[in-house]
Amino acid sequence: MTCTEFLALLDDMIDDSATAMRADLQEHLRTCDHCEVTLNTTRKTIQIYRSHQLYEMPSSLRDRLHAAIMARCKKGC
Amino acid sequence: MATIQPIAENEQHPDVALVERVRAGDVSAYDELVRKYDRQVFRIAQHITQNREDAEDVMQDAFLKAYEKLDQFQGNSKFYTWLVRIAVNESLMRLRKRRTGKMVSIDEDVATDDGSVPRDLADWAPDPEQNYTQSELQKILEKTIKGLPPGFRVVFELRDVQGLSTEDTAEALGLSVPAVKSRLLRARLQLRERLSRYFKRKSTRSAANSTASDGRKG
Repeated sequence: MTCTEFLALLDDMIDDSATAMRADLQEHLRTCDHCEVTLNTTRKTIQIYRSHQLYEMPSSLRDRLHAAIMARCKKGC
Repeated sequence: MATIQPIAENEQHPDVALVERVRAGDVSAYDELVRKYDRQVFRIAQHITQNREDAEDVMQDAFLKAYEKLDQFQGNSKFYTWLVRIAVNESLMRLRKRRTGKMVSIDEDVATDDGSVPRDLADWAPDPEQNYTQSELQKILEKTIKGLPPGFRVVFELRDVQGLSTEDTAEALGLSVPAVKSRLLRARLQLRERLSRYFKRKSTRSAANSTASDGRKG
């Protein structure tokens, strides 16, 4: 298996982490440091973005927008 | 963080019951829907418009439009998917206004080989985010994702951050499933590549400091 073939299946490996990895993928990972680094750091990338929320709404803004939406909805928009 | 929870196929989504109450005239049920999804809608609008004021307007307009159009909502699609589609369209309209009528689409040409093949293959430090303060890290993550095309940013946000399925993401964005998969792969690889600059072993603090000061200028 080439690195290009491995990378084409990267998403499946990340998204189906619960299922056992195919033997040929495991074999490639065992012998290719580059793909192992790519897989691990891509997983880490997702985890970091998931655990550090961007663009949080401050509660004051949330309340203001919420009040504006509900005021208009009560009037039937 | 809370991701959008999947619901079994034969189970009625709690949103459907809320929508039915709104249709029956109970505005407080809409209040619940707004509170449930306002943060997610705001983030999607930020990812597309890259402008705080626009994102506020988009969030407000998207919820008002969804309320007006609630009769058109088909119970067979998910309320959140339907709402995202409205928010994405509102966001694109804002972008068009800013770019004085230039065509903007979530499906615009994003063909690029750049970043598809990893080049920076250095391993990252263990727990690399620990090398930065919370605000430095926030700036790094914002700056990094801003470098991607809007169509990549929003696919990454919906699939990987909010946890939508590939199918729901495709429906919300009006894209095919293969298009979502291809964008997601490229978005993940490009983000990984760009973050390597900050997170690889022996990373220097100077990179973070320069990013932090760039962020303040913006």
